[in-house]
Amino acid sequence: MSTTPWQTAEIPGPKRGLPLHRCETLISLLNNSKNPLLIIGHKAAEIDLGNRKFIDYLIDLARGRTITVVATAHTIKELTNRGFQNASSMPLMDIANRLRDTEWRGIDGKGAYDVVLFAGFPYYMAWLVFSGLKHMSSQLKTISLDGQYQPNASWSIQNVSPLELEKFFVNLLEKIGEM
Amino acid sequence: MKKRNIELDIKEMKTGFGLMKDIKLSVGGISEKTADQQLGPTPFPSSTDLREWDMKLLERYKPFYMPFCDLCCLCTFGKCDLSDGKRGACGLNMEAQQSRIVLIACCIGAATHTAHGRHLVEDLIKKFGRKSALDVGGTNVEILAPIIQLVTGIKPRHLGDIEDILDYVEGEITQLLSSTHTGQEGSNIDFESKVLHAGTMDHVALEIADIAQISTFGFPKSDPEAALVDTGLGVVDSSKPVIMVVGHNVPPAIGIMDYMTEKDLSGQLEVCGLCCTAHDITRYDPKAKIVGPISWQLRFIRSGIPDVIVVDEQCIRADAFEEAKKIKAPVIASSSKNCLGLKDRTKDPTDEIVADLIQGKALGVLILDPDKVGEVAVRTSLGIAPKRKKFKNLPELDELILEAKRCTKCSECRRSCPNDMLIPEAIDAAAGGDLSLLNDLYDVCVGCGRCEEACPNDLDVHSFIVKAAEQKIKNEKFKTRSGRGAIQDVEIRKVGGPIVLGEIPGVIAHVGCANYPKGGEEVAEMIEEFAKRRYIILTSGCAAMSAGMHKNEDGKTVYESFPGDFDAGCVLNVGSCVSNSHIAGAAIKIASIFAKRNLNANYEEIADYILNRVGAVGISWGAMSQKAASIASGFWRLGIPVIVGPHGSKYRRMLLGRKDRDSDWEVYDARTGERDYVGPSPEHLFYAAETKEEAMVMMAKLCMRPNDTSRGRAMKLNHYIDLHKRYYGRMPDDIHLYVRRLSDVPITMKDEIVRILDQKEWKEKNIPDPTILPRMIRKKER
Repeated sequence: MSTTPWQTAEIPGPKRGLPLHRCETLISLLNNSKNPLLIIGHKAAEIDLGNRKFIDYLIDLARGRTITVVATAHTIKELTNRGFQNASSMPLMDIANRLRDTEWRGIDGKGAYDVVLFAGFPYYMAWLVFSGLKHMSSQLKTISLDGQYQPNASWSIQNVSPLELEKFFVNLLEKIGEM
Repeated sequence: MKKRNIELDIKEMKTGFGLMKDIKLSVGGISEKTADQQLGPTPFPSSTDLREWDMKLLERYKPFYMPFCDLCCLCTFGKCDLSDGKRGACGLNMEAQQSRIVLIACCIGAATHTAHGRHLVEDLIKKFGRKSALDVGGTNVEILAPIIQLVTGIKPRHLGDIEDILDYVEGEITQLLSSTHTGQEGSNIDFESKVLHAGTMDHVALEIADIAQISTFGFPKSDPEAALVDTGLGVVDSSKPVIMVVGHNVPPAIGIMDYMTEKDLSGQLEVCGLCCTAHDITRYDPKAKIVGPISWQLRFIRSGIPDVIVVDEQCIRADAFEEAKKIKAPVIASSSKNCLGLKDRTKDPTDEIVADLIQGKALGVLILDPDKVGEVAVRTSLGIAPKRKKFKNLPELDELILEAKRCTKCSECRRSCPNDMLIPEAIDAAAGGDLSLLNDLYDVCVGCGRCEEACPNDLDVHSFIVKAAEQKIKNEKFKTRSGRGAIQDVEIRKVGGPIVLGEIPGVIAHVGCANYPKGGEEVAEMIEEFAKRRYIILTSGCAAMSAGMHKNEDGKTVYESFPGDFDAGCVLNVGSCVSNSHIAGAAIKIASIFAKRNLNANYEEIADYILNRVGAVGISWGAMSQKAASIASGFWRLGIPVIVGPHGSKYRRMLLGRKDRDSDWEVYDARTGERDYVGPSPEHLFYAAETKEEAMVMMAKLCMRPNDTSRGRAMKLNHYIDLHKRYYGRMPDDIHLYVRRLSDVPITMKDEIVRILDQKEWKEKNIPDPTILPRMIRKKER
């Protein structure tokens, strides 16, 4: 486990996010959130975590906590194919651009998001989006679930192996199930 | 800088204080007057003359910044922490700092093209004279310099004329760069306006460079049937002496071809190029070969095949000399911009230079005379090739396996790889004798070599990849159509109407570098898909080569599959980076030739026309360089959106529209002066797509324009919806924003779309004669 940026050269500066060591921290962040959002990128359907894909765990998380889901790129098709219909589709650049807008009322028009979880993105692209939101939307709490430490996110799972990431999610989903 | 006399003949000029006729202006610096039409309002614009236009664009397409760093470290006040809304010691905030960095990048790009143009034009004037006529397509291309005419109002006719225009561009770039100094510009939006101006200057420079070289070197002149040239590492005949040329400034490579012709050596040597010099040398002589894009440099050198390496300027690996030494290939540097620490031998006797290089007394030389480079390169390659024949650079298989066993699985290679490639797993498999994973990496590797730099055990990871793909490399044999240059006026007359009315669904230009997330194959796939859908496809630069380096299921490249005309369902390579000017030029000529809008110094009107009527999109899937940034910014100012691949997000600023804000998408109806909602068309001006699939859907969407006829809009919607359904598995959620009348709805999807329109409480809208310029309104609102 490490809190150095996953890609060696991606050093941001003085303001760095906190490491998300334990799934209880994530649950606590979600418990304190009035309106969380989960943004799923295309790599979530490519990454194997044990005998499931990463996207399957993310769907379970969204279902378990009733989190609004936005799928970027062509990921919406993967969600639909898995029977998850409750997602919107928006390019990563568009959703990031809207999240920096404090006036934006969200996908459903019901109000701004306060906690935004990201998963399934090319590391460098998410790195930049987290940076954009860190600087342009400082009221927002951003969380990276990719298992590659993102220093620009408010909170990020550290650099972990796929096996460790799988354990994190199994544990997380168990705890959510108990609630 | 040389001083020259300016003479301008102005037949008629409308000004705020009246109509002026028959004005002769002589102020001391510009060349031949010759505007056929009247001079527009902005000849030789300064960085603020088009500011009002820029602000209109930036109001709709607002910058979204994604800083690379929390800090500014450009002066000794700093470093300054700009996070959390803090301002630096100079007072600048993060938004302004980011736009300042974008401006610096665009100035670097524009200066690079301008310096290239200057270098080229000076060489050509020495060789051909200032009075040498400019000709890029004979009578087929009357408007031979649409960008220059649009920006300056001057119609250049001779080489000497464009030298004068370079003076102007150099001056503007200096002004723009100076505004990035500490204590100058403080507004991010004004920095952004200057970014757009840098793009305009860049486009002028591109055009200067390409029309100069087309006119004098006998490149294809607007020829849809320009030769198909051999492309790929596998086409190089290594049994002959091999000269590798790399960069962007073609005269030294031409010096090589000319010397070979003069000495009757053609066919006895291989001259093969990388990056834009490859394009331009094959435009000069189709017997030359294209090895591949910028990302093929390291793998080609590591292959050990080149006997002599000639570098000119731009996009050349800074360690080219170090790499060449490893394969014992002498290097000839030929540009003042890239001397590589080598001794200047320009004035030494040729025999001495050749002898020193063959005998290894000199491992490289700097020669700033293109003809001399030609002779030295050819003679040296003939002399050194026999000595290098038994030379092997790549490891043998057993050596590779032995080396791979030294891997300690620290993952530093993967963590330094721009594409997060699974290198440790591939090395591990290789240690067990299985090279298949390394072989797979060859297809997606961008050839940066960072994996090797990061390896604490000094494993030659990139060489392992190249070795594992040895057989694949031998089969790397393709055809790329040589750069044809400009678009013919007659082609514009033929397709201008269908493009503006939307009946040709769009013009898509694949341009730029080769920093792809999943290899260049995606470029070819995108091109093939849209060419089959009868879009007009243009290519240039490294993207053009990448497109030619993949075969479809019929075993053909896109250049063998589709004709090279500027017409629906065609794929045409305009040429090198500087040939991007013909892509912008085509859009400008649609406004000028088809719509008969005044071209001379009439930037705003033409850009307004393009923004609202010409469904063109640029895509730079592997954009990497500062030059790519300045090229893109020139397109933005003309109202042409640009999509970049995921790595393009590293340009750290997007220009994004908000389709949920209706008021952003109102234009004037030029007929009545009334304001009409026209939908988000085009939705974005600069946008990074996460995947090829997303890019393809967005390409189709960004081709929609307010002026589309219902027939044209139905066709464009059909492609957008079809691609969306294919890749997203559902209807787009914004269809109602693009349907203005029921006749816009594609007939085959009518029931489905009408249902959606009903749910959205859609109402029919006016289709205006669109403009965002109040001065274009013919009848004012009362």
